[in-house]
Amino acid sequence: MKALRNLLDNIKPHVQKGAKFEKFHSTFDALETLFFVPNHTNKNGVHVRDAVDLKRTMALVVKALIPALLFGIWNVGYQHFIALGVDATFWMQVGHGALKVLPIVVVSYGVGLGVEFMFAQIRGHEVQEGFLVSGMLIPLIVPVDVPLWMVAVATIFAVVIGKEVFGGTGMNIWNPALVARAFLFFAYPSKMSGDQVWISGLTKGEGVVDGFSGATALGEAAAGSAPSASLMESFIGLIPGSIGETSTLAILIGALILIYTGIGSWKIMVSVFAGGYVMGLLFNLWGANPLMEVGALHHLCLGGFAFGAVFMATDPVSATRTEKGKWIYGFLIGFLAIMVRVFNPAYPEGVMLAILLMNTFAPLIDHYVVQGNIKRRLKRAKIAA
Amino acid sequence: MSEVIKIKKGLNIQLEGKADNVFGQANLPEHFAVKPTDFHGVVPKMAAKVGDKVKAGTVLFYDKNRPEIKFVSPVSGELLAVNRGERRRILEVVVKSDGADAAEQFETAKVGELSKEQVVEKLQAAGLWPFIRKRPYDVIANPEETPKAFFISGFDSSPLAPDYDFVLSGQEEAFQAGIDAIKRLCDNVHIGVRNDAASKVFKGLNGVTVHAVEGPHPAGNVGVQIHNAMPINKGEVVWVTQPQEVVAIGKLFTEGKYDANRVIVLAGSEVEKKGYFRTKLGASISTLVKDNVKDGNLRYISGNVLTGTQIEDDGYIGSYHSQVTVIPEGDYYEFMGWATPGFNKFSVSRSYFSWLCPKKEYRLDANMHGGLRSFVVSGEYDRVLPMDILPEFLFRAILVEDIDKMEQLGIYELAEEDVALCEFVCTSKQKLQSILRGGIDLMIKELS
Repeated sequence: MKALRNLLDNIKPHVQKGAKFEKFHSTFDALETLFFVPNHTNKNGVHVRDAVDLKRTMALVVKALIPALLFGIWNVGYQHFIALGVDATFWMQVGHGALKVLPIVVVSYGVGLGVEFMFAQIRGHEVQEGFLVSGMLIPLIVPVDVPLWMVAVATIFAVVIGKEVFGGTGMNIWNPALVARAFLFFAYPSKMSGDQVWISGLTKGEGVVDGFSGATALGEAAAGSAPSASLMESFIGLIPGSIGETSTLAILIGALILIYTGIGSWKIMVSVFAGGYVMGLLFNLWGANPLMEVGALHHLCLGGFAFGAVFMATDPVSATRTEKGKWIYGFLIGFLAIMVRVFNPAYPEGVMLAILLMNTFAPLIDHYVVQGNIKRRLKRAKIAA
Repeated sequence: MSEVIKIKKGLNIQLEGKADNVFGQANLPEHFAVKPTDFHGVVPKMAAKVGDKVKAGTVLFYDKNRPEIKFVSPVSGELLAVNRGERRRILEVVVKSDGADAAEQFETAKVGELSKEQVVEKLQAAGLWPFIRKRPYDVIANPEETPKAFFISGFDSSPLAPDYDFVLSGQEEAFQAGIDAIKRLCDNVHIGVRNDAASKVFKGLNGVTVHAVEGPHPAGNVGVQIHNAMPINKGEVVWVTQPQEVVAIGKLFTEGKYDANRVIVLAGSEVEKKGYFRTKLGASISTLVKDNVKDGNLRYISGNVLTGTQIEDDGYIGSYHSQVTVIPEGDYYEFMGWATPGFNKFSVSRSYFSWLCPKKEYRLDANMHGGLRSFVVSGEYDRVLPMDILPEFLFRAILVEDIDKMEQLGIYELAEEDVALCEFVCTSKQKLQSILRGGIDLMIKELS
């Protein structure tokens, strides 16, 4: 600790502005503040501060994602060996999953942080911690067989176009991780949808047992048959799908962490689930096709719904920022997600598009909440006068 | 008594080092100072020269833009120095006390027989007018305006704050005299008192409306009480003052003297003997803290930890302050501080494990615990501001200097102290109090 501090103190003068290695200032600063909370003290204004900072907040969200990540790793192996028709031990499944998933995580973080550091240096800012979360979200919302170079390209797109062009962390309109996914989806649809991509090995045509489809439950329903996975299987997550999205159980553990620590907005989470449930019920009443007949509760456990509700919709930067707005925003996400899911003929998943759409409308919702506040104040003045 | 104002939003920061209700003994210091920087918007113009003999109540300087607003010496002695900062801005006007307690003599008067103008004139002549401030803007009141009410908060809910019931006990007569004088300025006088406290001084008063207030800090902020009792609309003005200043006003009319006596509380985790002390406005804190603080790099604050001013260990108590707080400076690097379990870290979020011990008192230091970031987390400020105001949107309006929006979003109702808690909880470590003051300064400049 002391040695590390001394080392950093020795390097520090060389990376300041005007010194030889000033190009590495942001990188050094990011590493230094990673190891040591700086010795800055409050000068004017409050003299004491809450102990929480953005690093802590973001690190906690990453921790909340770990159950989904671990389950995803295991499920990748589990689905792979089912497809092969091979009996595998738990550790073989985990091993296979880790081999497939961890490279995606490494690429996502490596590329994304690289771009962030570059931008911070150019702008002369400190590196902001937003990407800590995005870098973990991206691997969890892609299919396991996605090529690594695509992850890299999508990550660069997400950080540059999704975030930095708006001014960086805190300024973006859309959730950067979803921008990455949307980019992949529209640029390389064959790698992001269909029956082949969800289980590792299928795209390469490795030996598959007869009659195994590899389709997601939603894919099956869209194709006209009831989902083969039971509600319980879908809830626990023993189904094909994007890496981190399958297990509603693991996601709910993350949700508990976020809600208890006060970092994720419970209002958004609850209202997304409520919106989805209401829409599901309406479709059940209609019941024109198998997708509409999927139980309302079952809908919430399928696809990326739970993952989107807990980790994507709650991104404070792209969500509504007023408390009342959060209810409206969340409800509409859930409502639209199921609607898009059922009506979209090409791709039976709507969470990504619903959240991106509502990200776009979040400032509008806030605008009306703010106008409400303004009107109340004006009305008060009139009564007094 | 009207109905109880219940404050639900807010936060009591549990700091170590609360003072018991006992008086400590300390000699009065030799040096006293009036700091023009305590008074927002005042451009000081010296009225006395270095070396001049002064008495308590002798004018030291006045406001260049409003010469009738005068600032006077708290003690008798000699004008020792005028300390200036950048661009020769006057920071401190220091008076060396001769210990004689000589005071300028003003005429005593029966306030009942005086008009508003006469009361204003007397307060201004005796240097007491600066203690009457106004909302909006939290600046010294303009006597030409007609306030819709006069509001006094009878308690201070900020961390380690003085207990005014204790401070004012025995001052009931002077307090009533002060209220009588204030009633000549504005007949509609309101006092906010803590619902669960005895508040003998306040509840026995004649001619005031008493509001019982309960809830966490900032329930004691006068702005919060006004908002809940009679919110300020555009064009309205409310005058405010603090309890000890009411006593000083009372004594001007009964004794004919400028009364600079104040009781201050000395508190904070680094103070050895905490307690209340009888001293005077602008006193140097040297005699209070010498040999009475723990070792280490310390931060001395005139006022409380949320809104106070940092001073040296021989600095002077601010004109509006009744409190001196001493906490550790906290200028250290903390290895992986953001990743620790944090049983000793106070946080409103439950992101540190200190939520396991809710009753614990904390020894907080002045470390920022992180770097400045953009606004990211939403809804934090709303939880600690008990007003019908959307703080984040107001701050954004201020940052883009949108005067109309600032007005619409309620800047008239806020003073820095009201958003201090927002600043405390801010994950992004934004300087919200100075942002707000920037907005207020802009409003004053554009609308005057």
